[in-house]
Amino acid sequence: MTTTTVSTMATDFQTQAARLPRHLLSAADLDRNAAIEVLDTAERLDQAIAGREVRKLPTLRGRTVVNLFFEDSTRTRISFEVAAKRLSADVINFSAKGSSVSKGESLKDTALTLQAMGADAVVCRHSASGAPHRLAGWVSGSVVNAGDGTHEHPTQALLDAFTLRRHLIGPDRSAGAGLDGRHVVIVGDVLHSRVARSNVLLLSTLGASVTLVAPPTLLPVGVEAWPCQVSYDLDSALAGADAVMMLRVQRERMDGAFFPTVREYTRGYGLDLRRRALIAPDGIVMHPGPMNRGVEIAPAVADGDGSVITEQVANGVTVRMAVLYLLLSGGAGVAGDGRVGQVEQGGAA
Amino acid sequence: MSADVSVTETSGHLGPERAVLIRGGAPYGEDRADLLLAGGAILAVGADASGHPDAGDAEVIDADGLVVLPGLVDLHTHLREPGGEDAETVATGSAAAALGGYTAVFAMPNTEPTADTAGVVEQVYRLGREVGLVDVQPIGAVTVGRRGTQLAELAAMATSAAAVRVFSDDGDCVADPLLMRRALEYVKAFDGVIAQHAQEPRLTLHAQMHEGAVSGRLGLAGWPAVAEEAIVARDCLLADHVGSRLHVCHLSTAGSAELVAAAKARGTAVTAEVTPHHLLLADENAASYDPVFKVNPPLRTDTDVTALRSALAAGTIDAVATDHAPHARQDKECEWAAARPGMLGLQTALSVVVEAMVTTGLLDWRGVARVMSENPARIGGLAGHGRPIAAGEPANLVLVDADARWTVRAAELVSLSRNTPFEGRELPARVVTTFLRGRPTVRDGAPAGHHVLAGVTA
Repeated sequence: MTTTTVSTMATDFQTQAARLPRHLLSAADLDRNAAIEVLDTAERLDQAIAGREVRKLPTLRGRTVVNLFFEDSTRTRISFEVAAKRLSADVINFSAKGSSVSKGESLKDTALTLQAMGADAVVCRHSASGAPHRLAGWVSGSVVNAGDGTHEHPTQALLDAFTLRRHLIGPDRSAGAGLDGRHVVIVGDVLHSRVARSNVLLLSTLGASVTLVAPPTLLPVGVEAWPCQVSYDLDSALAGADAVMMLRVQRERMDGAFFPTVREYTRGYGLDLRRRALIAPDGIVMHPGPMNRGVEIAPAVADGDGSVITEQVANGVTVRMAVLYLLLSGGAGVAGDGRVGQVEQGGAA
Repeated sequence: MSADVSVTETSGHLGPERAVLIRGGAPYGEDRADLLLAGGAILAVGADASGHPDAGDAEVIDADGLVVLPGLVDLHTHLREPGGEDAETVATGSAAAALGGYTAVFAMPNTEPTADTAGVVEQVYRLGREVGLVDVQPIGAVTVGRRGTQLAELAAMATSAAAVRVFSDDGDCVADPLLMRRALEYVKAFDGVIAQHAQEPRLTLHAQMHEGAVSGRLGLAGWPAVAEEAIVARDCLLADHVGSRLHVCHLSTAGSAELVAAAKARGTAVTAEVTPHHLLLADENAASYDPVFKVNPPLRTDTDVTALRSALAAGTIDAVATDHAPHARQDKECEWAAARPGMLGLQTALSVVVEAMVTTGLLDWRGVARVMSENPARIGGLAGHGRPIAAGEPANLVLVDADARWTVRAAELVSLSRNTPFEGRELPARVVTTFLRGRPTVRDGAPAGHHVLAGVTA
């Protein structure tokens, strides 16, 4: 498979891609096969592009991808932009800073505008949970959730799973593999984290066991029903873990009585060198960024052995290429099984 | 405003004052009995009606097989006028009420300006009279601007032409315990009642939906049950302490029902209402992120729904009140967090109650009359409504086809807004005819009089 050309890849994918829903709104939209398909596709795209002088594939030529960002996120927007451009799609960056309400134009009117412009895919980042779900009911193209409020960020989970698989399974043996039996610890503000929600869903789908660690104030009511373990004790949770993922502590949480002081938070839930040593010898350290160095993660850990934080960023481009590829050229983006899309359209009628 | 004008002009077109003989209807779904209506009252019942000398000239309405109930009374309606006429007006809201079988509605004061003075409540009262489809009884705000800091002139509203007896800051809680105590005490002077929107504000910062498994999954900020229950408990204790009447608006949790039951058992003068949507819908609906399911208090769990039904059947909850909350389209066709909370209710309430309570065997039609007419009229101190179906009583009545089934279509509702959570849902029972003081406001399920809604539905 490593020498497969782009044109035969396309044929392969067309039969397999029917498993992908029309939109990628939640990590729960992906069953195990679909998730592995995205990761395998990312590996193959990475290999296909690595051997090229011009780091570009013609796959999405003539297709339009709109990056619709209602919330500042330079990293995620650029990642999607690079991914789309490497697939030769036309990219439009539509930055609607602030909420639709404060901007004056409603989300629906924005959606209808994009629809009129013929967007094949809309990559949506929004401060309101569920905004991409709403959008999916109003546009005919595929919608990719690039982070909605405190809900989900499914492509972040995919890039994390991709990174985990490369390190814990190995790139040579990862094709078709899940993360069965691997133990991932996610630490921090789970309550407000879209990264945590998507990762719990996706990593458990892939067979990993996930432990969430946070002070009780930063865990949502109902977390006991999630497919994961929950702990308040970081030291014991880290013992022998294959990976630890540190979540960013938002500045506003520090003022919201979720914990007494930053110092106390760091003492209980920060990853320093001593705690770093508790995970498995070949375990890895992850962070979705941007980091608060010295708060949730010590600089020596962030920059030290087993830290894959910058690699996560690189893998983000690869995985997003795979997502756009599968949604837009797999046939799923045009008709697909419409699993999510039909529900949304019915609701919006 | 054109809507007002056309309705105002046609309120006289509802038909001349003429006796009406209702044939074959079954009061309370029990034995059939003819009813003769004249002069705004029930003149005679049963054999006395058909044999009455006035029955000869009477217009005969065939009610064969229909259930006859006292006209419904809604303790909790948002008519939006003044200030929110893009969502609803007194005219359109009154029409929706009549079509839903109502003969009286209590209009909540969260208008613009707030109904916190005699002037505004009299305006709403007058608009209701001009429309003439239902009796519109204004509710006055407890505090100035509903800001929760200073009591509004409650006595002025009580002694105004609107004769306000129910006071509420609905939409917001009278959270300050001292202010709540004073309000409860003060309205004793004119047998008023404070209708509390029970929501501890600090526990519901940025709240979007019921706090539980679903909110955690959806990443929507939680509105915990305890935020309602803490206020219900506190207010019951306050009402005890000062010997006043408390009414709990839109009670939504199993825990609140337990608190009210306990308070009633020890003699507290507390009453409570539940909305139709809390009797039928649960928080899982939010998974669509469609804000048509966003409401305050939020949809709770299936366990709460079951408990609320039981509490209504047992009399712990006294009344069903719609919390009819029309919203303009742009306030619902948006992100969940940006949407305004609230649902249409007037035209679906009776059917929802039948679905949740009658078909399940929890209430009979006597019970429906009690929770949708008699108790709300009594709680709100509204004379002439919620009266027995008997000779000499006001002729406020509704004829219901209990066997009919219909499918809710927002576009077919007469409200200016479209935010029904029951779109596409098939429901039992249909209002056929509504009488307000002997005059039909609704005939054959449609507004009576050809011009009543001209300009309203356009």
